[in-house]
Amino acid sequence: MRALTWHGTHDVRVDTVDDPEIINSRDAIIEVTSTAICGSDLHLYDGVIPGVLPGDVLGHEFMGRVVETGSDSTLEKGQRVVVPFTISCGGCFHCQIQQFSACENSNPAEKQDMSAKLYGHSMAALFGYSHMTGGYSGGQAEYVRVPYSDVGPIVIPDHLDDDKVLFLSDILPTGWMAAENAEIQPDDTVAVWGCGPVGLFAIQSAIVMGASKVIAIDHYPNRLALAKQLGAEVIDFRKTNVREALMEMSGGIGVDAVIDAVGMESHGFAIDNIVDVVKQKVGMGADRASALKQAILAVRPGGRVSIPGVYGGITDKFPLGALMEKGLQIRSGQTHVQRYTKDLLEKIEDGTLDTTFLISHRLPLEDAACGYECFRTEQDSWTKVVLKPGMDMPAAN
Amino acid sequence: MTNDKQLGLAGTVAGLGLAIGGLAFGAFLSQRRKGGDDDAPFYTRKSTDSDNAVLGRTVTIRKPRAELYAFWRDFGNLPKFMENVETIRNEGDHRVWVIKAPAGQTVEIKTEVCEDVEGKRIAWRSVEGSDIETSGSVEFADAPGDRGTRVSLVMSYDPPAGNLGRAIAKLFQREPEVQARHDLKRFKGLMETGEIATSAHRKENTRAAKQQEKET
Repeated sequence: MRALTWHGTHDVRVDTVDDPEIINSRDAIIEVTSTAICGSDLHLYDGVIPGVLPGDVLGHEFMGRVVETGSDSTLEKGQRVVVPFTISCGGCFHCQIQQFSACENSNPAEKQDMSAKLYGHSMAALFGYSHMTGGYSGGQAEYVRVPYSDVGPIVIPDHLDDDKVLFLSDILPTGWMAAENAEIQPDDTVAVWGCGPVGLFAIQSAIVMGASKVIAIDHYPNRLALAKQLGAEVIDFRKTNVREALMEMSGGIGVDAVIDAVGMESHGFAIDNIVDVVKQKVGMGADRASALKQAILAVRPGGRVSIPGVYGGITDKFPLGALMEKGLQIRSGQTHVQRYTKDLLEKIEDGTLDTTFLISHRLPLEDAACGYECFRTEQDSWTKVVLKPGMDMPAAN
Repeated sequence: MTNDKQLGLAGTVAGLGLAIGGLAFGAFLSQRRKGGDDDAPFYTRKSTDSDNAVLGRTVTIRKPRAELYAFWRDFGNLPKFMENVETIRNEGDHRVWVIKAPAGQTVEIKTEVCEDVEGKRIAWRSVEGSDIETSGSVEFADAPGDRGTRVSLVMSYDPPAGNLGRAIAKLFQREPEVQARHDLKRFKGLMETGEIATSAHRKENTRAAKQQEKET
């Protein structure tokens, strides 16, 4: 089959690799019809995530048709499914309390040591995201082996197009959980840093949850325009003093909840010294790292801080005092995707949520490498790239 | 010639000696088990008194105690999740474990079950004719509420050729502590999910398949 494989920093290629096969009885094989490039794939592309090996198949946002099932799979051949990016067994303590992204069994025993050392606990497995999170082959491919297929994949009715439901795999539930973690109340003013896909979905979710005002912070004009289109007020941090503006726009009280949908992109999983090197090399580094610090200073006393943005390492100059003295609550984490897929599918079906506005480019899988490069360098206009393995001709977007 | 009185005295002294020795040994054991002044398991202490390497690890498994005990007690099941155990065969009252060692070698350990409390605890130790001196136990205790069972594996062993042996073993990923930790995780996974997690793409790429390939 054809698949997007990692070969090194800024070197991904579409190669021919072995087709996957059923190994365990709960497995299913999915023929991918749509698969997206995620902002967090750029961490792999930029080479800041350890444990990625040459030849690894990337991709964790994908959907497709069931073509093969193990004897204990509950799926049927021909069904269309969206597959959560987090791999969860359904049987362990964390899965049972719906903390699916903390599954204790999906990451093979011999691969758990690295994250256990870094974080004190091992991480659950994710598709196509380094051997630290299992080393599972990802979804930017024609076929994928999906373990625990009786737990994760959600069956999609035929009348819903791929583009409407694909993002149930990651960014839609991630944006939703970000808003849920912000514990939004009806009269709240909520500020969201970063208008990438997760930030935009967090904005949409916060509005659906009844926030009276959502303020989006970014500097890319196109992304700010998308946020405005969703109903947010916007701040361009290149032009405006963000903290002062937020105080004024919240009547001098401060915003009730803040959402950091930026993360430490260019810092990735680096440990202290590497972070410093990257900081020196990447001028943007300081801005990105400052999003969370700015958010903590901007939120009102007693407010909530939600962090869907990806962090992997250690940070310095963290405003711990503001956190304590203001009595803030912080919630974060990889998304417990399986907890949200059913409800969010209903909200897509009844029109409460639309996700198609986000897609800026549709490309054949063969053009995936170009998709990575453009997504990285043209962030304003390339908001979201969806790869279609079945698409023959380059799309005229 | 020893008269009865002398024998009696000697017997008393010996008996007393044994009793004191036994008390001391018992105290030593309970001290070790308790780990000293605090309530933490002894194997989490920063330094152990034993010359042997001691390891211990607990996992919580969402299955009833009786089921987990029964699975473990059927020793033929153990190679299903103990990656480095090739086979366990019966030899009279003993079991012979054939265990993979560094550099393609194997070691054999002949064990006897020295304690078996239904549903709670199984302990074993090596007997003469084993390549490594070792003892171990697995304990099953109810976890709070519906969390299942806490399974604790404790093992003590005489490392082959001391620290050097351990260093080499570590290099080959056969270090017993690493093995035991992974094996216990695999046991948990097998019990909770019915399978051993693998990120392999194809059957020939699973660890089990690769290991078999190496052996043949």
